[in-house]
Amino acid sequence: MGSLILQQTINALTVGSIYALIALGYTMVYGVLRLINFAHSELFTAGAFIGLGLAGALGVAGHPLGGVAVGLVTFVAVGLIGVSVEIVAYRPLRGTSRLAPMLSALGMAVVIQNAVMLIAGRRPLIYPSFLPNGVVELFGAIVTYKQITIFTVAVVLMVGLELFVNRTTLGVRIRAVAENAETASLVGINPNMAISLIFFIGPGLGAVAGILYSSFYGVASFTMGFVIGMKAFTAAILGGIGSIPGAVLGGFLLGIIETFGTAWMPVLTGGLVGTEYRDIFAFSVLVLILLFRPAGLLGEHVSEETMVYKSDF
Amino acid sequence: MTSEAHPRLNPVRGAAALLAVPALVLVIGHFLPTYPLRVLDMILLYAVLGLGLNIVVGYAGLLDLGFVAFYAIGAYSWALLASGQFDIHLPFALVLFIGAGLAGLAGILLGIPVLRLRGDYLAIVTLGFGEIIRVLMNNLDGLTNGPQGIARIDEATLFGWTLATPLDFLYLLVGLLAVAFLFVWRIQESALGTALAAVREDQDAARGCGIDTTRVKLVAFGTSAMIGGACGVIFAAMQRFVSPESFTFWESLVIVLVIVVGGLGNPFGALLGATLLILVPELLRAWADYRLLLYGMALVLVILARPRGLIARDYGPSWLMRRLGGG
Repeated sequence: MGSLILQQTINALTVGSIYALIALGYTMVYGVLRLINFAHSELFTAGAFIGLGLAGALGVAGHPLGGVAVGLVTFVAVGLIGVSVEIVAYRPLRGTSRLAPMLSALGMAVVIQNAVMLIAGRRPLIYPSFLPNGVVELFGAIVTYKQITIFTVAVVLMVGLELFVNRTTLGVRIRAVAENAETASLVGINPNMAISLIFFIGPGLGAVAGILYSSFYGVASFTMGFVIGMKAFTAAILGGIGSIPGAVLGGFLLGIIETFGTAWMPVLTGGLVGTEYRDIFAFSVLVLILLFRPAGLLGEHVSEETMVYKSDF
Repeated sequence: MTSEAHPRLNPVRGAAALLAVPALVLVIGHFLPTYPLRVLDMILLYAVLGLGLNIVVGYAGLLDLGFVAFYAIGAYSWALLASGQFDIHLPFALVLFIGAGLAGLAGILLGIPVLRLRGDYLAIVTLGFGEIIRVLMNNLDGLTNGPQGIARIDEATLFGWTLATPLDFLYLLVGLLAVAFLFVWRIQESALGTALAAVREDQDAARGCGIDTTRVKLVAFGTSAMIGGACGVIFAAMQRFVSPESFTFWESLVIVLVIVVGGLGNPFGALLGATLLILVPELLRAWADYRLLLYGMALVLVILARPRGLIARDYGPSWLMRRLGGG
């Protein structure tokens, strides 16, 4: 029993770290632009496929050091795609209405997803594992090296991001723009620079998450971003949208809720609700948070001023 | 706003305009072979869906990405209540109300937690809701027959009139479209429509005027869901087969596109958008793989180039009536 719970906790931390990495991209963009970047989930998918293509081209599939190289190049490539998407599709609409950029983001999501499909094909592809194989036994639970690597990579990236945002000048500028773009521009910060930086880092992290996710499950399909993206956004809201530590906490928490929920639901309901309802947990969590704590766990206190914008979009 | 708040309407010209277009569509329908007739039916159905979604997206300015869920609720209402699945065979008119009612109820229950908050949460929650409904349709095998769907659905009979051919449905859909068109136009012109416009443009000011923004948004969301549900009932009666495959996220996307391309908040826009969005893919069948890519690009380009859609909000039915009436 104890080892079973430990096993599930380890599984939860693995999915959770992937959710957290993606959630960071959503939360950073939302924090600055109040925009749900629907294209983010498709950049996650694009990252997985670019990684796959690079591995094939460089002939490093399955090699851990090659994996690091592929991860770095993919981060930069998808980061640049993210920056271009913002410049082409979101920037011209800034300050118009809140509906327009959201529809534009939706359009970009469709474009990216179908571009991936046209290049890589409709059928799911077998994904080489860049992660080391092997297992260790820990108090009766089996931990694969893959899981350890995913968790480690995710934590390293998150700590790196936290240091970058809090300890560097660029990070201070990003936070200033997130706080108030107008005031930031008064003290000489170019908001466009900070926004471009966000659209570089967020999709870059999402792309690495794409490689980790596909390596872990061994497949990549062009539609995989949709549900994962929704869950990651839920994680961002759960932690408090706009908050970077919130996104990390939300990601891990959602991983735990989903893993334990899926495992225990069939037992608790006598087999009535089976594992096929796994994807529903994230959604139920989302609705519950919106009902009881709309600002999320680490979000700022919701007062009338922070909750209500001039118009909804 | 013109100084002429209530333009005098020339009743003859108004009635002629109101009857001429539907009559023309019906006349054309009589000369069309089956396949184009089916396409015409789909155009009209999507126009009604567009009119329904427009209440939320165009009037209230909220993004609903799970409209297909309400459409699915309507479709499964007819499939379950008029087929051999449970051997229930209710009359079409009754199920039309049940389907619309259930969809509206689902909309209100979903809207209550979400619409109190910032509107952008609605987009993600409706997206999730659409997905949940699809998962349920796929997995509640005992109820919905899972991915195989429900076949051998009853033929719809409306007060003794059996709806069998695409032409029968053309009559039904022209009627429905006319009713829906008048309905959403009257909403737009009513106190509710004004309140929705206020919520869309400036929520604080709307509250300042004593508008209960949450309630207004809920009414809009529920009404739109009801129209979606009614369309679903008709869709199921038309296909006489439903399966979860017909209710994916892409359907929601197409309906959003119908109104964004046609013109947000303009009933004419929904008609034009539905015509384009259904007709163009039929003409480009050879390019089926590129269809969604083109949809996505169209969405981005229309938003960037014509953020108000092809027909702007101001050129709606009221404008036309003023032109016809005032001369």
